[in-house]
Parts: sequence; structure tokens; C-alpha cells
Amino acid sequence: MSAPHLAIVAPLVLSVFIPVFYRIFRHIHTGWFVLPLPILLFVYFLTFLPETMRGESFIESMNWIPSLGINFTAKVDGLGLLFALLITGIGALVVLYSIYYLAKTKEKLNNFYVYLLLFMSAMLGVVLSDNLIVMYAFWELTSFSSFLLIGYWYERDKSRYGAQKSMLITVFGGLAMLGGIILLYIMTGTFSVTKLISQANTIFNHALFVPALLCILLGAFTKSAQFPFYIWLPDAMEAPTPVSAYLHSATMVKAGIYLVARFTPVFGDHFLWFWLVTSIGILTLIWGSIFAVKQTDLKAILAFSTVSQLGLIMSLLGAGAAALHYEFLDENIYTVAVTAAIFHLINHATFKGSLFMAAGIIDHETGTRDIRKLGGLMHYMPITFTISIIGAFSMAGLPPFNGFLSKEMFFTAMVHVTEMDLFNLETWGFVFPVLAWIASVFTFVYSMILVFKTFTGKYQPEKLDKKPHEAPMGLLISPVILVSLVIIFGFFPNLLSDILISPAMASILPSLLGAGDEFMVHISFWHGLNIELFMTLGVVCLGIILYMTHSKWKKIYKAIPEKLSLNQFYDFLIEGLESVSSKVTKTYMNGSIRSYLVYIFAFFIVILVTTLIGKNAFMFDTNNVSTIGIYEVVLAILVVLGSICILFAKSRMTSIILLGAVGYTVSLFYILFRAPDLALTQLVIETISVALFLVCFYHLPKLRKFETRMRFRLTNALISVGVGTLVTLIALSAHSSKLFESISKYYVENTYTEAAGKNMVNVILVDFRGFDTLFEITVLAIASLGIFGMIKLRLNGRKEG
Amino acid sequence: MEILMAFVIGILFSTATYLMLSKSLLRIIVGTGLLSHGAHLLILTMGGLKRGSAPILGGNAESYTDPLPQALILTAIVISFGVTAFFLVLAYRAYQELGTDNVEEMRGTEKDD
Repeated sequence: MSAPHLAIVAPLVLSVFIPVFYRIFRHIHTGWFVLPLPILLFVYFLTFLPETMRGESFIESMNWIPSLGINFTAKVDGLGLLFALLITGIGALVVLYSIYYLAKTKEKLNNFYVYLLLFMSAMLGVVLSDNLIVMYAFWELTSFSSFLLIGYWYERDKSRYGAQKSMLITVFGGLAMLGGIILLYIMTGTFSVTKLISQANTIFNHALFVPALLCILLGAFTKSAQFPFYIWLPDAMEAPTPVSAYLHSATMVKAGIYLVARFTPVFGDHFLWFWLVTSIGILTLIWGSIFAVKQTDLKAILAFSTVSQLGLIMSLLGAGAAALHYEFLDENIYTVAVTAAIFHLINHATFKGSLFMAAGIIDHETGTRDIRKLGGLMHYMPITFTISIIGAFSMAGLPPFNGFLSKEMFFTAMVHVTEMDLFNLETWGFVFPVLAWIASVFTFVYSMILVFKTFTGKYQPEKLDKKPHEAPMGLLISPVILVSLVIIFGFFPNLLSDILISPAMASILPSLLGAGDEFMVHISFWHGLNIELFMTLGVVCLGIILYMTHSKWKKIYKAIPEKLSLNQFYDFLIEGLESVSSKVTKTYMNGSIRSYLVYIFAFFIVILVTTLIGKNAFMFDTNNVSTIGIYEVVLAILVVLGSICILFAKSRMTSIILLGAVGYTVSLFYILFRAPDLALTQLVIETISVALFLVCFYHLPKLRKFETRMRFRLTNALISVGVGTLVTLIALSAHSSKLFESISKYYVENTYTEAAGKNMVNVILVDFRGFDTLFEITVLAIASLGIFGMIKLRLNGRKEG
Repeated sequence: MEILMAFVIGILFSTATYLMLSKSLLRIIVGTGLLSHGAHLLILTMGGLKRGSAPILGGNAESYTDPLPQALILTAIVISFGVTAFFLVLAYRAYQELGTDNVEEMRGTEKDD
């Protein structure tokens, strides 16, 4: 176990102690106990920076199930480190924010922080695991912890609905991903990503390559809320705002991005990868941005905006994969897409995190997030206003913030797509920059709506639950730090390029680097009067016009019928599944013991008959049989007659006496078969049984025949004859085939020497198999306790009821 | 003898199954009793019948019958007695509390809770 292993499980370990802290220190907000950990981890991960900047990576393996190739391998490379820093860095800010957001007197803080730490561990595990099975386990853990966090206010219907939705969709994708991982294993025989990448060329032409690609992408798209799986993300906004800021904007939804980036060296060469990732990304980008404009809830706007921005990053990664087709690093203009993807990933975490926190502040201080009720808050909440305007302008892609830089690079990358001479892009490539531009216009519009509908316009105090005022310092610290980063990265983007972006690119596009090479990343504001600049200008002009006339054209959204939406489809699917499965279950789980017995017997017959036939196990051999004496024939006839007569017995008395008769006959059998102990026991037990029957006899109901219908009796007869025949066949085969020597010889030889007893049966029971007998007595004791309990039990409550 | 026993056992199993599938509690209990008899004889028959004298040392016998199935059956007889006793009391109490011994009428549904 190495230090990165410890770092991954540290939140998990801390989460164990959280309930204890919560109980003991009631007067201290539990968040204060959590806060040091992400800060510590952040600092710890910073120490890896020199290593990854040199293009090296830390890798340390811990055996788990070596026979299956499953090991807990921690790998810290450029890409993993970038994510680890995001997870711990944003995590620390979110914990700090949550301390002021969640009141310690009202909320179940122990649950909240346990879930949050669980999530942090899971996320670190996803990005730092080299072994795919381990990564998958952590991946599903993020889904589970996200489920718990969305359902944190579980008494609300919508929370439960949102939690279930996100769980179903992301776990479905996770399972698909597991399928992809297994396919990759079949092709290469390894679960290690590092080894997979080194074998990328050999699997390219494998028949399972495309199915594996599709499965992995399904996992990534569901997690990163890509079209059409994005529908869980807006509903996930039911979670407390710190959770939304953390999971649903900065970290968990980026696990899909991580997955795509991580697998680019494996799948990136294939045209399907390029087309699927880029076009689904662009589609999600434009879809999300158009629907964000429609929303009236601040968090819903941010949710759709997150969907859209994730699409943007996704499309950049897709376009960046095309760079793999150009061998030379020099003048390889397509790598700019990957640079932009990573840069925007960081930027998005900063501006979206701050915007979510600002939305949370507004909700916290005014009691609503509805932009129709808000307005004119600028004077009441100046700091929140500043945070929001910086975040929103960055999101809209305005200078001098970091969003502007990555948006420009996004345009550059999309324009470059048209210049590619691959995959029919000569004809269809122009679609990408056009769609990108339209989506950016809508992005601009909703960014403006977000800020100006909230902070300017008419102040409507009568619609607010509380009198608005500026948030306390504690709530403001985290968003202020984030917007400062927005500004710093805006002015000094190259702070990041060497330490984070270039190493991460080296992980995504390793084949383009020779030994000792590194990606030279230089981000600058001014590129001259090029097409990207004009595109941005166009976005701003059209965006302003659309924002001004927003109230006039927003009615168009009503033209889209509600019935056709993806959410309706999802609800229909879930309801259908529930009712169909409930119906199917009810048809066979009907509560009747008889039906269950029929299933058991029928299954018994089917499975044994198939085995008998399939294994050719039936044998009939009369060589080794013992003689038949006249007594045995008489006894056999008695048993058969007795048991058949029970079937036709009309009274209780007759059936009990017949059962006793059969029992006594069986004990006579034991005498003939040289089993004196059995005969004795059987005689005693049979006597007690009959006595017991007769004691209960008085209380037992009259033997009525319920089964009068012919069909009912026929089924019973058929099944019982089937069981009987089968048992006869098995008995015959068992007798006729001797596969190996009986182990009984051991007992015959050792009974006296080892145990000094002469009665072998007794010695086996009390000596060789003494524990079995002990447990047998235990069973009897439990049965007698049960009987005692039942006799004493009085269901008074039910009778009164 | 083993062949004959195989058929006897088969008939025991058939009648036991038929009884267990009926709706009356008492018949179900009688059925389980028959089923255990059948199972015991089956184990004994599988081990081979009458291959020597009773498995007790000291009688100067040349060979003994297999002691192992007998030990198993001895355990099984006792256990089946325990089960029968439990069933009987269960039936008696169920009849007292519910007023029926028809298992079809004893179905509980989730709404009953």
C-alpha cells in the first residue's frame, strides 16, 4: 500500500468517524472535521506536479485478486492528477461552503458528510486507478453516493424521483461500460489501461473492437449527461446546492469526460470514435443551451448549461482524437482541440462552481430560485452580484475571463475540423462550426438571463419569502476564491499550460510524443483579426439582440409538445417496467403454498430428467442384487398398500393409523436389512409420532377434501407420478453404477482401534461425526423452542382488531 | 431386492408428493411423513442391502453391511420427527387462530400487515 492508495481511501476512512464526531461534538458543525482532509489531499497531490511535468507517472500496484488480473493499481499521471486536484480542490471549497449553507441544528449532517466523503473517495478511485475493474467499482460507487446525495432530503418526492432517475441511468451506463471492459479483456487479456494503450494497434482490427468502443462510450455518455441521457441531470438539482456545485458541475459528470480522454489512445484512431464523440458532444451542446434559455429556476438554468458545457468538452475531445491521424507533432493544428478541452474543463469547474454557489446564496437569502420572482437584487447583494456577473461572463465567453480563451480555442478547433481530409469531413465538416456558433449564441443568452433577471430589473419584495440581504462571509469565501481563479486564469492562462495542461495532453495523446518530448501549450488573448474573433463578435451582437427580445420569442418553446419529451419517455418506460414486472411476478408468486410446491417438484423433475438423459446416467444392472425373501415381499406389499390407502382415507383417524402402519413396516424393513439401531429408533419415534398425532387429533380439523376438481387432481397425480418414477430411476441407477469404492471401509476397520466401540453406527454418530450429532440436537432444540413459542403465542392484537 | 425396493420407494414418493400437493394441512403433514420414510429407504438401498451381518463388531462375521447410510438415516429419523412435531403444532395453532386448515385460504397479502 503506497501513499496514493492511502489518499484514495482516506475519505472513506474518515467517513467512518463522522457519525462519532457528529454525536460527540454536537455544538461544532461536523463540516469542520471534514474540511482538513480535502485540503491536505490537495496539497499532497500538488507534490506530484514536478513528476508529471517531466512526463513521468507514478504507478504502484497492490495485489488484490492476482489470479483474475485484478489489482488495486494507483497511477498518477498528468490526466489523473488534473482530476485529482479538481476533486480535492473544489471539494475543499464545497465543504467550506456547506458549513455555512447547511444549518447544524436542522440538517442530518452526519449523513451528508458521510455521503460526500464516500463520493470523494470513489471519484479519486476512478481517476487514479489503472486497473479497469477497480475503476469500475469506484465508478459505480460514485453513482451510489450521488444517489444518496440527491436523495438527501428524502422526504421530498422530487428528491427521490431525481435520485432514482440518476441512479438508473448512470448505473445502466456503468453496466454497459463493464461489458466494454470485459470485451477489452477478451481482446488483450489485461485490465490495465497502460497495457491496453500499448496494445492499441493490435486490437484495432479485432472483431470486438467496435462493440467495446460503443459500450465504453455508453458509460461515458450516461455519466456525463450527454444527449439523450442528460435527462437525469436537471432532476439531480434536487440535491442541496453544495452537492450540485460539487458533483453535478465540477466532478462526477466529468467522470465521463475523463473516461473518453483516458480511452482516446485506445479507440481514438477509429472513425466511429471521432464521429460519435464529436457529434453527440455538439448535439448535447446545442440542445442543452437551447433548453437552458427556457428555464426559470436558477439551478435548472445551470443544470442545462452544465449539460451543454459537457457537450462542448466532449466534442473537443472527439475532434482532438483526429490529431492522432497526423503523425507529426510540429504544426499539428488539431491538438488545439485537446488543449481547449482540458483548459475548458478547468475553467468550467471554476465558473460553474462559483455560479452554483451564487445560486445557492440567492436561494438561501431570498427563499426562492425562480427568476420570475427575483429581480433588482444588485443593491442588496453586491458581492453575490459581482461573483455572478464574473462567472456568467466567463461562461458566455467574454473577455477578459478564462471562458473567453477556451471559447476562442473551441471555435479554432471546430474551424479546423472543416480542414480535415478524413472521414468525409470535406463535405460535412462545415456543420460543426455552424452548430458550435449557434450554441454559443444561446449560451450567451442564458448567461445574461442568469445575471440580469436576478440582479437588475424590478425588485419584487412581495414575492420573496425573506427579506434579502448579503450572505455571511463564510458563504462567500468559496465562490470568491473561484471567481478570483476565473480572473487569474483569464489574465495568465499560461500559468496552467505547463503544469497541468501539457502533462494531461501527454496522457491523452501519448503516441504523438517522442521520447522526452512535451506538448508546447501557449494560450494567448490576441490572435489577430481571425475568423474566431469574428465569430465571438457575432455571438455577442446576436446574443444581445436575442436577450433584449427574449420575452417575445420565448413562446416558441411552448410549440414543443410536452408529450414527446425525453422525460415523458423515461417516465413511460419506468411505469411500464414497474407494472409489467409486477404483473409477471404476481402470475407465479400467487401466495399459494401449493403452487410453490408444484414449481419445486416440477423443477426437480425437469432438472433431473435432463441430467439423466444428458449425462446418459441411467443404468440398469441386475448382476449385483441381493436375494428377495418372502418376508420382504410381504413388507413391501404392506408399505405400498398402506401408502396408497392414505390417499383414499376418508377420516383423520384412518390416515394417522395408516401412516403409523407404514412407519412400523419400515422399521421391520430395517430389521431385515441388518440395521438394528435404525429399527429401534424408528419404533420409538413412530410410537411418539403417533401419540403426538393423537394428542393433536382432538384439536385438528376434520379431514375434508377440498380438491374436488378433476383438473386439480390430475395435475397433482401427474406431478406425483413423475416424482415417483424419477426417484425409482435414480434408485436403480444409483444401485447399478458404482463409480468408486465406498468410504465405509474406513469406519469398519477403525471403529474399534480408534474409538474403542463395537457398534459402528453408534461410533460414527457420537465419535467420528460427533459434531453432526451435536447440530442435530441443536435442530431439535430449536424445533422444540419453536413449538413452545407457538403454543404460548396468542395473536391477541389481531383478534381485537 | 434392490430393484423391488426401488419401486416401493418410487410409490412412497408418489403418494407423499400427491398428499403434499393437497390443500388440507393434515394431509400435507402426513405427506411429509411418508416422504421421509421414502428418503430413508432410498439411502439404505443405495448403499446396498444385506451385504453381511449387522454392523456390530464381535460377532466373528466375515463382512458387515454398510454402517454409513445407517448413521445418516438415524440422524434423519430424529430430524424428521422434529419437523413433523413442529408441523403438527403449527397446523394446530394455525387452525385455532385462523379457523381453517385449507392452505389456499391462508394466503397472506401485503395489505394484511
